[in-house]
Amino acid sequence: MKITNQIIKKHGLKSVEFENIKKLLKRDPNLLELGIFSAMWNEHCSYKSSRLHLKNLPTKGNQVIQGPGENAGVIDIGGDDAIVFKIESHNHPSYIEPYQGAATGVGGILRDVFTMGARPIALLNSIHFGSPTHHKTKSLLNGVVSGIGGYGNCIGIPTVAGETKFDDTYNENNLVNAMAVGLAKKNKIFYSKAKGVNKSVVYVGSKTGRDGIHGASMASAEFDENSEDKKPTVQVGDPFTEKLLMEACLELMKDNSIISIQDMGAAGLTSSSVEMASKGSLGIELELDKVPCREDNMTPYEMMLSESQERMLIILEDNKEKDAKKIFEKWDLDFVVIGKTTNTNNLTLKFNGKVEGEIPIEALASKAPIYNRKWVRKKILTSKIDLKKLKKVKIEDALLKILSSPNHSNKSWVTDQYDQTVMCDTAQKSGSDAAIIRIHNKDKAIAVSVDSSANYCKSHPITGGKQIVCENWRNLISVGAKPLAITNCLNFGNPENENVMGEFVECLEGIKEACEYLNYPVVSGNVSFYNGTNQKNINPTPVIGGVGLINKLLKPIGHDFKKENNAIIVIGKTFGHLEQSCFLKENYSITTGMPPEVNLLNEKNNGENVLKLIQDNLVLSSHDISDGGLIVALSEMAISSNYGVKIQKPKKLTNLIKYFFGEDQGRYILEIDTKNLKKTEQILKENNIYYENIGQTQKDYFEIDGELKINVKDLFKLNNEWYNRY
Amino acid sequence: MKFSITVTLKKDVLDPQGKVVQDTLKNIGLNLKNIRQGKYFEIEVNEKDQAVAEKKIDEMCRKLLVNLIIEDYRINKL
Amino acid sequence: MKSSVIVFPGSNCDRDIAVALEKMQFKNQMVWHKETKLPKSDLIVLPGGFSYGDYLRSGAIAGKSLIIDEVIKAASDGCLILGICNGFQILTETGLLKGTLLRNKKLKFINKDICIKVLNNETKFTNKYKKDEILKINIAHNEGNFFTDDDHLNQLKKENLIAFKYSDEKGNINDFSNPNGSMENIAGIYNSKKNILGMMPHPERMIDKLISNTDGLNLFKSLLN
Repeated sequence: MKITNQIIKKHGLKSVEFENIKKLLKRDPNLLELGIFSAMWNEHCSYKSSRLHLKNLPTKGNQVIQGPGENAGVIDIGGDDAIVFKIESHNHPSYIEPYQGAATGVGGILRDVFTMGARPIALLNSIHFGSPTHHKTKSLLNGVVSGIGGYGNCIGIPTVAGETKFDDTYNENNLVNAMAVGLAKKNKIFYSKAKGVNKSVVYVGSKTGRDGIHGASMASAEFDENSEDKKPTVQVGDPFTEKLLMEACLELMKDNSIISIQDMGAAGLTSSSVEMASKGSLGIELELDKVPCREDNMTPYEMMLSESQERMLIILEDNKEKDAKKIFEKWDLDFVVIGKTTNTNNLTLKFNGKVEGEIPIEALASKAPIYNRKWVRKKILTSKIDLKKLKKVKIEDALLKILSSPNHSNKSWVTDQYDQTVMCDTAQKSGSDAAIIRIHNKDKAIAVSVDSSANYCKSHPITGGKQIVCENWRNLISVGAKPLAITNCLNFGNPENENVMGEFVECLEGIKEACEYLNYPVVSGNVSFYNGTNQKNINPTPVIGGVGLINKLLKPIGHDFKKENNAIIVIGKTFGHLEQSCFLKENYSITTGMPPEVNLLNEKNNGENVLKLIQDNLVLSSHDISDGGLIVALSEMAISSNYGVKIQKPKKLTNLIKYFFGEDQGRYILEIDTKNLKKTEQILKENNIYYENIGQTQKDYFEIDGELKINVKDLFKLNNEWYNRY
Repeated sequence: MKFSITVTLKKDVLDPQGKVVQDTLKNIGLNLKNIRQGKYFEIEVNEKDQAVAEKKIDEMCRKLLVNLIIEDYRINKL
Repeated sequence: MKSSVIVFPGSNCDRDIAVALEKMQFKNQMVWHKETKLPKSDLIVLPGGFSYGDYLRSGAIAGKSLIIDEVIKAASDGCLILGICNGFQILTETGLLKGTLLRNKKLKFINKDICIKVLNNETKFTNKYKKDEILKINIAHNEGNFFTDDDHLNQLKKENLIAFKYSDEKGNINDFSNPNGSMENIAGIYNSKKNILGMMPHPERMIDKLISNTDGLNLFKSLLN
């Protein structure tokens, strides 16, 4: 078949990339080889627009066993235990078929974790939709939440935390980021690097069909009016088979049969075989007629590009095939030797004895294009909002507007569809700042949270990047966990647009600065570009998934008030920064202005001291202050506990709106028993931590002295309406 | 006027249910070559003209009953 | 006391129930569904989860497993059988318990801590509970809506075979306290010999104060009694 310009374009390759392929092969590629290049060289697999900048992220630390570059990141949590985790996007498929797109996103990230030898113990997700009034939002919300629940619940792993957000920017491009966390033994981590020549390459799992052929190319293409035609490429997930696959793999991993293992995700058999060989500086030869197929007459092209789910590629030690096969047969899964490792450094594809394609591995891996795309820095905005020019609003009305808005309403409608308690180790479910998962049969626990701040990142990417790492860090501190490391999912628009690229580079600069300062390295992650339609790009949305450690879990600490007449302390100074706030957005639809400044020194000091106070059992409940400001955070603590507050107005003359709704960073609210107040204040003073004693908890009423008094039950009712009505 | 709608998965789409049901039937001694699982609806409409009725049914399928991304459908008059 | 937990492909609450049984000092064994012989057991548990993905109908495929014949034999010999969630669904598919579990009324999976009332506290499973005691217990299911024909419903009432009903914290049994539309708020039932209990809520998730509460403990204590 002659390779025409049309065919090259359909494969998502630029003509200069095609010329490059010809140079590397020293000849024209055939269609099979072109298909393979198109899969390996697209944005999703090659990271060609992002690799250059991702290199700058801090990825090391004493707690890091494995940083980016493997299927997932690995951190040390003491003893012989390790945590394996990663977050990944499945945005484009979930716009097309929300249930299956979200479900297969969960399936894919789970495989990335258990392929390393870790039993998954928690799932999280960050999902973003367009405006609730947009015609597609309701069905997308229903589909995505059902899909996440449908897959996670069936496979029996608790979905414990997440965020669900709505914003116009995602109107034509919803986001689904799925994160998985697994538990492994430090000395039993499995990697994907192939080792040894003439070792068996084994295919296990579901049969191969025509699903998702060119799914990876689709992920790298913007949608246009013809997106509807891209429909047939969406895969159907089978969580039942994945459960069998997971159990079979974990069983096989009990001994030393596996040299290397990789799941078949984007670009299926192609990416897994190439990556394994590339890491081991080996070649790999596959006999495609041996690939178990679900459909008749599948061609080598289809087999190599199929994105059928629930499949793994394993390189086995010699003489281990028989025993390994028994395990997979017990679980009713296909187990077939489909090739071997070689020393040719080529990807050699045979079909019925004939060589159908041969490509040097490195042409597909290290020689994939790296682009240093043009980018521009965001201009610093100098205009400030003049409150006096805005129509006056009562604090109570402004608060209620926020609490009843889609982004702040109680999310039980979503989280009740997820099984949060299967595996019986969920010590704290979603609803507080972070979820807590006990390490099975041990005293220790991990805390997990996933966060994003797209509006901050849009207005000032460096600050946004810094802020979101800090907020995630604070969320773990708030539940008494020492933050250890993060995984990041970077959702951006078209990287060929220099403004979008600038947002990417600057967000990374901010993330890097905060991660370095807080000793909170990046151990894994994913980049999703081209989230845009017809030249309109989404707001930059880096999503941070963090894991922290609680050495001895005595009692999970959340943000629900425990009793009346306890002191309420605010850690960190309130300056009253309102630009980019929830208050301005919900009450005036104002979304301009600079985000609040991030002071890393204060973040670190405040956080470390809050953690110490919690570990010393001086804190009854705690909450970090983020969007909505102090008053919204206090409301959340009240609503979740049915206890109210009695807050004194600030002593210094200050604008109350700014004080209560300002989104200054580095702040926490702590509930302290009066008998521990003196000791707590002493510790804070000794460590130069700015704090304010703003009032106390009380029964029934949420009260700001002289300003408002609302029954907590009414706050609860208002906060619980939106989803049920929608 | 009464119609039946048979909804089936498109040819290349994975049918996890069909796969498991097939293996189970085989295990209880009932052999078969292939099975695909679908859905069946019976709808009654107040329409005297068959062409108009079918158009209505077709719209119901396209708008709600069928996931056009992964399913096909057949309408039969009863 | 000896227990056996049957593990089907897709069972995912098997570890949870094993942990609970071992915590209560049962001598427990996990039995793979392909086994044709059951170890000698005083209690057999069909655990929660998604056996066979809930494909075709929840519990339908598991109900045809080889090991089920052994479970049926053991049941007729008077062995205690406990079916939790998917286990309850499997028991109805095999006919060991009459009735069926339909899709939740609101058509969504629901995971929540709800309340149930102990209606019959004179069985091997509930003798450590007080009559009409209210338990706070976790449910996690898509098909928990119990339904049966009038004859069976009358039998359940007449012979005191309804184990638990969904209620509110004060013990009121009504629509508001019914999470899934179950007929008469039924959350669990016995067979006529009262040696088989099927229940949708998960007692094994309520045995640890750190994680949840200990309202499930007395079920296991009753069995040991």
